[in-house]
Amino acid sequence: MLLQHEVSAAAHPLAGTVVEWLWLLPLLPLLGFVINGLLSLVPATVLGPGDPDMAHGADGAHGEAGHGVAVHAHETADEHGAHGDDHHPVVRHRFAWLASIVGPAVLAIAFGLAVAMFFAMRGAGGGEMHAPFVQRYFSWMPAGTFHLDAAFQLDQLSMLMVLVITGVGTLIHLFSIGYMQDDPGYPRFFAYLNLFVAFMLVLVLGANYPVLFVGWEGVGLCSYLLIGFWFSEKANADAGKKAFIVNRIGDFGLLIAMFLLFANLGTLDFVAVNENVTRLAFGGPLITTICLFMFLGCTGKSAQIPLYIWLPDAMAGPTPVSALIHAATMVTAGVYLIARSSVLFSMAPVAGLTVTVIGALTAIFAATIGLKQWDIKKVLAYSTVSQLGYMFMGVGSGAYVAGVFHLATHAFFKALLFLGSGSVIFAMHAAYHHTGSHEDAQDMRNMGGLAPYMRVTWILMWIATLAIAGVPFFAGFFSKDEILGSLFLRAHDSTLADARWLGIPGSAVLYGAYALGLAAALLTAIYMTRMMIYTFHGPNRTGEKERDHLHEAPWIMTGPLVVLGILSAVGGWLNLPAITSFLGPVGALDRWLEPVVGESALRVTNGVAPEATHSTELALVGGAVAIALLGIIIAAVRLKPARLVPKAQSPEEHGIERVLANKYYVDEAYDRVVVEPTVGLSRGVLWKGIDQGIIDNVLVNGSARLARGFSSLGSWVQSGQIGTYAWVLVIGVLAVLGAFTIR
Amino acid sequence: MLAEAIFFSAVLFTIGVIGVLTRRNAIIIFMCVELMLNAVNLSFVAFARAYGVAGQVFVFFVMTVAAAEAAVGLAIIIAMFRHKQTVNLQNINILKG
Amino acid sequence: MREFLDSIGYDSWVLLALLVIPALAAMGIWVHGAMLGDNDARDRASGTPRQIALWAFIIEFVVSLGLWWSYDPSTAAMQATLDLTWIPSWGVRFALGIDGISLMMVLLTTFLMPLAVLGSWTSIRIKRHSYYALLLLLTTGMLGVFVARDLFLFYVMWEMMLVPMYFIIGIWGGERRIYATMKFFIYTMVGSLLMLVAIVYLGIKAGGGTGPNFAYDAVQRMAGSGGMTSLFGAMVPASFLMFFAFALAFAIKVPMFPFHTWLPDAHVEAPTAGSVILAGIMLKMGTYGFLRFALPFFPDAAMHPAIRTTFLVLGTVGVLYGALVAMVQPDFKKLVAYSSVSHLGFVMLGIFALTTQSIQGALMIMINHGISTGALFLLIGMIYERRHTRELAAYGGIARVVPLFAALLTFVSLSSIGLPGTNGFVGEFLVLLGSFQTAPYLATFATMGVIFAAAYLLWAIQRIIFNRLDRAENEHIPDLNARELALMLPLVAVILWLGIYPAPVLRRMEASAQQLVTQVSGVAPAANVASAGNP
Repeated sequence: MLLQHEVSAAAHPLAGTVVEWLWLLPLLPLLGFVINGLLSLVPATVLGPGDPDMAHGADGAHGEAGHGVAVHAHETADEHGAHGDDHHPVVRHRFAWLASIVGPAVLAIAFGLAVAMFFAMRGAGGGEMHAPFVQRYFSWMPAGTFHLDAAFQLDQLSMLMVLVITGVGTLIHLFSIGYMQDDPGYPRFFAYLNLFVAFMLVLVLGANYPVLFVGWEGVGLCSYLLIGFWFSEKANADAGKKAFIVNRIGDFGLLIAMFLLFANLGTLDFVAVNENVTRLAFGGPLITTICLFMFLGCTGKSAQIPLYIWLPDAMAGPTPVSALIHAATMVTAGVYLIARSSVLFSMAPVAGLTVTVIGALTAIFAATIGLKQWDIKKVLAYSTVSQLGYMFMGVGSGAYVAGVFHLATHAFFKALLFLGSGSVIFAMHAAYHHTGSHEDAQDMRNMGGLAPYMRVTWILMWIATLAIAGVPFFAGFFSKDEILGSLFLRAHDSTLADARWLGIPGSAVLYGAYALGLAAALLTAIYMTRMMIYTFHGPNRTGEKERDHLHEAPWIMTGPLVVLGILSAVGGWLNLPAITSFLGPVGALDRWLEPVVGESALRVTNGVAPEATHSTELALVGGAVAIALLGIIIAAVRLKPARLVPKAQSPEEHGIERVLANKYYVDEAYDRVVVEPTVGLSRGVLWKGIDQGIIDNVLVNGSARLARGFSSLGSWVQSGQIGTYAWVLVIGVLAVLGAFTIR
Repeated sequence: MLAEAIFFSAVLFTIGVIGVLTRRNAIIIFMCVELMLNAVNLSFVAFARAYGVAGQVFVFFVMTVAAAEAAVGLAIIIAMFRHKQTVNLQNINILKG
Repeated sequence: MREFLDSIGYDSWVLLALLVIPALAAMGIWVHGAMLGDNDARDRASGTPRQIALWAFIIEFVVSLGLWWSYDPSTAAMQATLDLTWIPSWGVRFALGIDGISLMMVLLTTFLMPLAVLGSWTSIRIKRHSYYALLLLLTTGMLGVFVARDLFLFYVMWEMMLVPMYFIIGIWGGERRIYATMKFFIYTMVGSLLMLVAIVYLGIKAGGGTGPNFAYDAVQRMAGSGGMTSLFGAMVPASFLMFFAFALAFAIKVPMFPFHTWLPDAHVEAPTAGSVILAGIMLKMGTYGFLRFALPFFPDAAMHPAIRTTFLVLGTVGVLYGALVAMVQPDFKKLVAYSSVSHLGFVMLGIFALTTQSIQGALMIMINHGISTGALFLLIGMIYERRHTRELAAYGGIARVVPLFAALLTFVSLSSIGLPGTNGFVGEFLVLLGSFQTAPYLATFATMGVIFAAAYLLWAIQRIIFNRLDRAENEHIPDLNARELALMLPLVAVILWLGIYPAPVLRRMEASAQQLVTQVSGVAPAANVASAGNP
């Protein structure tokens, strides 16, 4: 089987084109990582009291009362670390200029290469090209019947992902030049960021599950390193560790899925798995189990219930990291995995329904939490969790293209939102920095009325907000609509609708998910508008002195914002629905991805492409638009930014507001139910009880004590009195003689 | 003749044993041990008359060993006396486990 | 390379040379020490013993490296064999040889030993001559265990490495070194005595009435042809008793749960090099023993469902138990010691799951654990030399003081966690993949070990290098010096190499692993569902 594909790869239409340079894609950022990593090890900043990096640990000491406050306090401290402080001179890294060139350059070159590959692919037939282009480099793990090659493959899905990753990645790298300019760990930051992109590309280019897994865990590692980038704060280091461990729980699921696949199909190559998987019984327990375990992996990486808890904490990292890793690319890896394994999921309707339900629940659940967050990045974090839920609703219900479409548009507008918030935080921080204030630069209660001070950011963030809310003709409108529409259409005449999920008919589940999706859309519009109003409108609450220092970020930061703004506005062009055919070609992405997921999508809908009547489609779209507008209007009418007071003077929340602000106390519950019992059990029972108590004390040292007991008996007999010994000897001799005589 | 010799040897041996068991002084115990050895020698000689010369060979061995033992044993006793100012075995129990 | 090696007759002398070089060097150090006289001050000031040891180990490594090329991976037969008469009246021969399993263990040993010497460079301050001489003697013993093809020779070597280790822990160890070393010695001794009885029995049986014969092949032939009778009035088949005798010795050495409690004590008290060797090489002798003796000699006992299940369960329990207990350790060395229990649990699982993948994976973990845990112990030793404590709570935030140390510690920890792209992943993945085919439920439980592994190591390194730097005494720790960097770099290189391109290593093991599976399971390997569909 392997051989066959090597033959076909040689005859592949892409052979001999620029795509032959596939291996260079991840290698370029890896090279950047090596260079920047070496730079970061060069001691280039003066250690001592003059080093702001040293100082910001001390700065974080203030105001750590209460849980919520502590979180904000350390983030303030981080920003102090990032941008220096009045008390200390700003110390930049000696080789910052080199890192600023190398870091983004490798990404830009990779993006250029990816674009060239895209055109090569279009030239070779684009959506008509049915086999992926596979490149095998060397045998990775040969073991008996198990053959695993280090191999990359490029197909239409990977191509799309590569373009998003390198494109958005380049923009975020450029933004970081400005955002991180005063951080002493500057080269280290770019090293991690480059490494992340390298692993992300391995993830989407891998030609089999284990290679994908290399990227999968690799991006988790970079996420860990970047969340804990300002590691001197325990909370940051904790957040990084939490992300890694929670992701590992998901990885456990992915590993089991791989083992099951190998045990039953004997291969882990995507191509071979897709060819052989039809040998398994449709909808049988085996394929369902495989898909569910795989989805466990997705819930970890893509922050879905029940493993979403790490993503909000991950906002402890620098804002560009949140944009790149925790919004645009890494967290969508789960969606990519399901689209990549669409053949498997289309064989398991129950698993598909599970994905849809979890996605819908996550979407609504996270959206409610997003309503009451004050930290601007936390709002966006929960928004990301919620939007990822949409993507899972899409891929779960067999609308793989819709899910991937939303993945792409979400990458545009969420990256823009995060970078925009970064720009806001940058301005806020600079203002507080000038006056030496230690207020929280991320809390929206300290913002307000920023629009006049930062026009570019303001306009661009409104574009992104309209996009995420689903206002017509912005990118998010098309992708979200497509997901909701396909949920509706698949509620009848599909394998999902015919299956039963925990006894509930599949069609009811899908209608329910559709309703939840609509509700979440309403909430999305509300909380996003709320964020915009509190940040940019109403009176300014930053402070009298600080106000004069508020200003727009430099061009190196706003430039990428503009590009993302354009993409957020027109990204819907990627996949226009039929009713908007006046805007351009309809369903470009549908046709592009058809060779990858088309067959699976058809299997879900019983072989017929679902077609809505014109009136149904208009009704669906109309409903969604109405809900989005309703949300914006509700927020605009109900919210009174004038009544807000700065964070320091804010009263405590009560009732349901308090529950929402505290994220339903899920973290606390996990701590009580999972973490504390595990640690307690390990320490109290396993270590002190079993290990030290029973095994070591009773069994091991017990046997030693037993031996010592016997020997002390012998020692007592050895009195040292030779007379006694002589008596014993004589009595013994007499006894022996006597025994012989009497017998 | 043999019976008398064995009887005499047994009496001598018993005296030696009782001496070893009852006396405290190391020198006397040592002499009693020699007494026991000589009792055995006596019986060897007596048996040699009846059964051939092998017994006499043994006697020579025993005498040699006894001489060596006397040398080493007395040396130990003297060393012990120097160390503890006594040869009373009740006061010496360095073999205690 | 092969031509060159053939031209110098490499195969015919290499194994003997590997045993002799360290012994000769040890003698050299002893002579040097004798020339200095019984003088502690001069011993302390003398740099000669460590120089001799280092160069001897480097020569040893270079010599052993030829095996990499001279070894023919296409066959599972013993290679580079040597067979000399030793004690003819007991039927004992000085027979050496390697196959794919022992090849890797030999290379691991010769690779780690120079690093162990470099790790002891400044930390060993007293009785230097004895220390380095013992290290060299220990090496002869360890290599002897891996290359012996005669059971009696194997046993001699097995005990021979015990004594130097006893002194290394007992003299150069920490505060509770006497307790630890006694525990280590007696525990190991108890196991190996029963093995001696079994070896004598097997040797006599294999001789077939013409005096004992301890040759590996002869014993295996005898065991395979049912040459053992039942003991104790036919109640128990002899092979079962023999298996238990061997298995106990090896299980203690591994150490398999619940025979593991000597390990944390020994590790904590041992000097750095002692810990490195203990974890890196000596633990592997237990699992090596299972692969070399316990399984091929007594397949009926080892594969008896009850016994096999017991070992599989104990392996899995070891994985989870070791990880959980490691999580709550306050002492870094103890934490790593318990993580060894966890890693070796994977190995036991892989061995008794008995598929080609799981055996090869087990061998990979044996190598990886040697590299990664060895590196961890070396790093702990380095920081201990600077701060004289291994308490996790005594550190915090030192990444900004010692960035190189922090980077290396993070990297090595990640390899120990089994991050893909590092060596740790390859072994664990193969073991679990292979085990999943014969014991899916246990393999699933064992896979949870990867979660806990991340938990305990990340938590530990967070408490050491991350968080706030809040202790004044940590603010001026010097970063790694050139020697320390030089000794870590080979380890880093191997970690990456084995993670990215382990195929050459796996290919050299494949034939031996496959043969083992065939021998023990009695059927051709690879009865996968998989192969049915693959043309």
